[in-house]
Amino acid sequence: MYAYDELDRTLINERVSEFRDQVKRRLSGELTEDEFKMLRLQNGVYLQLHAYMFRVAIPYGTLSSKQMRALARVARRYDRGYGHFTTRQNIQFNWIKLAELPDALADLAEVGIHAMQTSGNNMRNVTSDQWAGVAPGEVEDPRIWSEILRQHTTLHPEFSFLPRKFKIAITASEHDRAAIKVHDIGLRLYKSAEGETGFEVLVGGGLGRTPFIGKTIKPFVHGRDILSYVEAILRVYNQYGRRDNIYKARIKILVHELGIEKFAREVEEEWKLMGDVGLTLDHSIIEEVRSRFSYPAYDKLPHMPDELKQAAHDPLFERWRRNSVFPHKVQGYSIVTLSLKPVGGPPGDATADQMDAVADLADKYSFGEIRVGHEQNLCLPHVAKRDLPQLWKALDRLGLATPNVNLVTDIIACPGLDYCSLANARSIPIAQELTRRFANHDTAELIGRLHINISGCINACGHHHVGHIGILGVEKNGEEFYQITIGGRADEGAQMGTLIGPAIPYAEVADVIEDIVEAYLALRDRPEELFVDAVKRLGVEPFKERVYATR
Amino acid sequence: MTSPLQQKIKITGPSMVTANRTWDGVVIYRTAQQGWSANLSDAAIVRTSDEARTLLGEATADDVGAIGAYIAPVELEDGGAIKPGNLREHIRSEGLTIDLLPVPA
Amino acid sequence: MPLVKQGKITTDLFVHIADGAELPGDGAILVSAARFLENPEALLKRTGKVGVIWPNNRDLDDLVPYLDRLAAVALVFPSFRDGRAYSQARLLRERHGYDGELRATGQVLRDQFVFMSRAGFDAFEVKKDADADAFAATMKSYSVFYQPTGDGRVTALHRRMQLRHSESAGQ
Repeated sequence: MYAYDELDRTLINERVSEFRDQVKRRLSGELTEDEFKMLRLQNGVYLQLHAYMFRVAIPYGTLSSKQMRALARVARRYDRGYGHFTTRQNIQFNWIKLAELPDALADLAEVGIHAMQTSGNNMRNVTSDQWAGVAPGEVEDPRIWSEILRQHTTLHPEFSFLPRKFKIAITASEHDRAAIKVHDIGLRLYKSAEGETGFEVLVGGGLGRTPFIGKTIKPFVHGRDILSYVEAILRVYNQYGRRDNIYKARIKILVHELGIEKFAREVEEEWKLMGDVGLTLDHSIIEEVRSRFSYPAYDKLPHMPDELKQAAHDPLFERWRRNSVFPHKVQGYSIVTLSLKPVGGPPGDATADQMDAVADLADKYSFGEIRVGHEQNLCLPHVAKRDLPQLWKALDRLGLATPNVNLVTDIIACPGLDYCSLANARSIPIAQELTRRFANHDTAELIGRLHINISGCINACGHHHVGHIGILGVEKNGEEFYQITIGGRADEGAQMGTLIGPAIPYAEVADVIEDIVEAYLALRDRPEELFVDAVKRLGVEPFKERVYATR
Repeated sequence: MTSPLQQKIKITGPSMVTANRTWDGVVIYRTAQQGWSANLSDAAIVRTSDEARTLLGEATADDVGAIGAYIAPVELEDGGAIKPGNLREHIRSEGLTIDLLPVPA
Repeated sequence: MPLVKQGKITTDLFVHIADGAELPGDGAILVSAARFLENPEALLKRTGKVGVIWPNNRDLDDLVPYLDRLAAVALVFPSFRDGRAYSQARLLRERHGYDGELRATGQVLRDQFVFMSRAGFDAFEVKKDADADAFAATMKSYSVFYQPTGDGRVTALHRRMQLRHSESAGQ
């Protein structure tokens, strides 16, 4: 976990003071809404359907227990007692009052939490995967680089008014859990043949109205050059990205319109002209940042502790362990996913009580550390295997042990029309109904890994394009309809799903998903063939037939 | 972005003007008394595009008190009660359509 | 519209000259890029300082050859949300070594003063009187800066490295 020092904390506090003054000037009328809107967005404050929404940053998804408790306090004191974890590893509060925001921010600043640049046309949360630092086989902890980039792009004087938002994701594993290929810049950290740490840099990925898979702009940028290289990309984008049309303003459009080769040349030219501008990350700088990441003092523990052997007799524990517990790079430890997708519940939400309880469990079982995944689940990254049975009992009591991680009911959904002023249709009730249809865990296990993503509008905050099954809400004559795609993926094999046919009305969506799953179960060539692979093998036709035969 | 005052305003039925209150984000409706109310029942009803444009202009001029004003449809019941005219306005006036705590199957 | 230089409101010595208008005999003038480039040598020969207003959607290449003879360059923020002039400012200062007056024009609001100053602007045509009055105070709102720009402010990283060195030196 990264320890903020006095400088980081001073900056956060200065930001809070500035925003307090801006709110004051807004409420007095000195600032018009037109002048204020971008300022509040730069502090994560949106206007939604029935209230302001406050998006708090959780840099690269890492939280301390102390910080989690502070989020719980904000939920209680300033909101309605719950929060929503997002597809970019942040948290959102849905009922916040503008007049109280400076106080909420001040409370959060005390534990090193801020909301800087969680919205606005600037650099957003530099995300990574929730297993960073503990995943077996990882090249090195990508969060070091996320933090370097975070600092560099926070209140950057040149890049705070980009043509549009900018999102970077970093992975350091073969299997990409950070969806780097659908980000404005995707960074794949690896070691060259000479053993040097560096990045494959991808650019121009993104979802929304015009989805694109990111293209490689440079196969290897040395770690020491990554900051200057990113700066060069941002400068080219800042100058040439479109500003006439917000739907064509992301860097993916610029890359598409120029072509990747020309874009790469522009960046390379800018980069060469930059020369040495103090952005080279020499060894001492990287080590300085790395030194402020603390890692647990792991005990020497056996691979198979007695507690685990004994608990194996309990089929409910075993089911959860098989589903939610993942290998850790240190022997005797595990990575534990806490499902925020209970049957019938809104996906990704946690109550203040749950947040406090998770903080306590983190202290007891995970060296005080919690992670937020873009799948909208939480994770305890350092759990000793011998503690798993006790942890499970506690999680089960809290409703955080639904054994559905990566299964059909582990649904990623945007807030949708229940909350969001951009939405055309609701997403949460669709997700809730689906969890009820597939509530039987045996069935869910039989189906296997299946990612359903739901977006309430084309802005794709639910990442529906890259869902194994993607559900997109649209409006037709005042009614809610849903387009269904299948075969999308967000990982290293990233691709967009394929539309199966005409949009389905709200009341039939769950039936349609059941039909699709039934088709898969009937057609898969063996139980281990995943849904997404069956779609690849068979194409869309057999699923389309099944769904539209009687519609 | 075009000012709402310059956009082509065309209503297809009885409508009202709604916004969010600046200081706390609460949903508000423009009244016939040049003010705002949090109750839909107090909303001024407009029936022509000209009326709508005028009401919206008034509402938008109150930049301190309200943000994001726009024209939205209503349904008028036989007794005169004002109901939200679409799902979006229904959610804004009635609240979430979902249960927050998990509801068992 | 007040002009702020060196932290306070000052008299603007430059006069904006519209494209069709006659040039005054002397005195400092600001002309559009188009007008300037029609006959730069002639303009630069006049008594009285010359400044150019450079649009934010045009590369600086055509301006660069004249930088050492221009008294002022004015860049444009057509909306405060349009951040292209920040890049132009940094390039002028840091890459091309321009050290004349660099002026921010357009929708220049208080909440962008710090960014603008860090990018290299040293003169501001401020939209609102209240903002101009608040300039000096606004510039004090931040004391920590993560990124190096040409403004000479020590970055947080370097402060940390300095601390480390002094710590280890003290041992």
